[in-house]
Amino acid sequence: MSDVLLELDDVTVAYGKVQAVRGVSLAVRAGEIVTVIGANGAGKSTLLNATMGALPAAGAARFAGADLARLGVEDRVALGLCLVPERRELFSTMTVEDNLVLGGFRVPRAESRRILAEVYERFPRLRERRDQTAGTMSGGERQMLAMGRALMSRPKLLMLDEPSLGLAPRIVADIFRIIADLRATGVAILLVEQNARAALAAADHAHVMELGEVIASGPAADLARDERIVQSYLGIH
Amino acid sequence: MDGTILLFLLQDGITNGAIYALLGIALVLVFAVTRVIFIPQGEFVAFGALTYALLESGRLPGTVWLLVGFGVAAFVFDLVALRRSGFTPARLTSAAIVDLVIPGLLAAATWSIAGMGLGNVVHFALTVALITPLGPLLYKIAYRPIADASVLTLLIASVGVHLALVGLGLVFFGAEGLRAPAVSDLMLTVGPLIVTAQSIAVYVVTAIAILALWLFFERTLWGKALRATAVNGLGARLVGIRTAFSGTLAFALAASVGALSGILVAPMTTIYYDTGFLIGLKGFVAAIIGGLASHPLTAPAALAVGTVESLAAFFASDMKEIVVFSLILPVLVWRSLTATHVEEED
Repeated sequence: MSDVLLELDDVTVAYGKVQAVRGVSLAVRAGEIVTVIGANGAGKSTLLNATMGALPAAGAARFAGADLARLGVEDRVALGLCLVPERRELFSTMTVEDNLVLGGFRVPRAESRRILAEVYERFPRLRERRDQTAGTMSGGERQMLAMGRALMSRPKLLMLDEPSLGLAPRIVADIFRIIADLRATGVAILLVEQNARAALAAADHAHVMELGEVIASGPAADLARDERIVQSYLGIH
Repeated sequence: MDGTILLFLLQDGITNGAIYALLGIALVLVFAVTRVIFIPQGEFVAFGALTYALLESGRLPGTVWLLVGFGVAAFVFDLVALRRSGFTPARLTSAAIVDLVIPGLLAAATWSIAGMGLGNVVHFALTVALITPLGPLLYKIAYRPIADASVLTLLIASVGVHLALVGLGLVFFGAEGLRAPAVSDLMLTVGPLIVTAQSIAVYVVTAIAILALWLFFERTLWGKALRATAVNGLGARLVGIRTAFSGTLAFALAASVGALSGILVAPMTTIYYDTGFLIGLKGFVAAIIGGLASHPLTAPAALAVGTVESLAAFFASDMKEIVVFSLILPVLVWRSLTATHVEEED
């Protein structure tokens, strides 16, 4: 397991006295898709935000060989860690192109221009709308813009928080197709989803969270057949 | 009152309004990026004016000692911050360059140049160069350690910074009022109006400054990064734009715009160490009318403030300030009636 990219060891995140995440350990290897599924409020988003450095956490976190403990959000971005948050956090009054260009803020200018062309290649819709302001786009387009902006930073690991939330089923299928495509480019993905069926189908490894703790882990295909998981998380969809 | 007087008043108002526009834009910029309501902006104006006036009269401005003092204080703050995040040679060197070397070099340059009578262009540039670093140093000392605090806490800090700077102004510039010579004694006669070279300089420099700021925000990556921070602070951090980077840049711009306003105003009125507050407040009225959010709205609002001020000075000179500050009332009423409740970002 020499190619482990992200390693979380016994991570705990507390809001005051409430522990939203308790003793979670997981690893993501280069080029792998790992998903964390679980009900609303299980602590999945909290885990991602803490990994990004947006929330203080206890426990050890290593990324690409570096200890994350003392690094802020911006330094983690520079290392190649990138979060697409549930609320997207786009620059709504700025154009699509400006949003993308800012995604490459830490990348050398020439490199940024090259990646921008790649992102437009991957999301032709964004090229069409390059001069439109981000706030005027549809939910699916905004998700694509958020993913495009994240790719501009040349991430080694992309963390996606509920990328399918609030999107029409056809768009959700698009998003998961893009996630599968991204893996082919060598980007590792840590995917948090309530849409467990789609997430397990896309992922290599999966963890199930309940009330802040990981209650089951394993290859995604195995979990998708697990009786208990199927009943609790796949039955509804 | 006849038409000629009205024209005079309008001209006077627009000249003052142009300076308030610069102030208002700086206030909007700082607030949008850092959520700081920057009351001490007026002090940059006063210090800029006094620095320029002193250089023009061949004396060494106290700004030199102020700058070095701020640099040393900021370096101490940097050492404390580094102790928390970990010392590295690179970080220590960059802190030393920004806090000690640059202010030191600027002070030495000023010390050697002052009194040589190199002319107003050199003094103009030197004044901007001396005042601009005060912005980032002040940010480092007073605001960066509490960058995540509420708007109210930041406002209270601003009041404290304002009082401290007025006190420092008295120490470093003295109680004496100063006035700089005009850029030129030339006057143009346009119909009944006499247009001084100074007021033309005010229009031209203000227009250039506003255009330059616009280009900066629309065309450059750093400018876009500042806008991004203003639109969505978390989003900006997620693409790797440091809060401290945006704050430093915003304060540097605000200080340089303040210095510019000070240089422009110095030949038009006598400036004392504490004059900045009142000038700054009028820029603030313009910024409030612009909703502390809109640059395009702030500039015409500032021209309106200047015009109202000059008309009020003619019709009711005792009530001048009251009339100007009363302009805020209808705007606030209108805003509270129309605006949807804006939740403070936490």
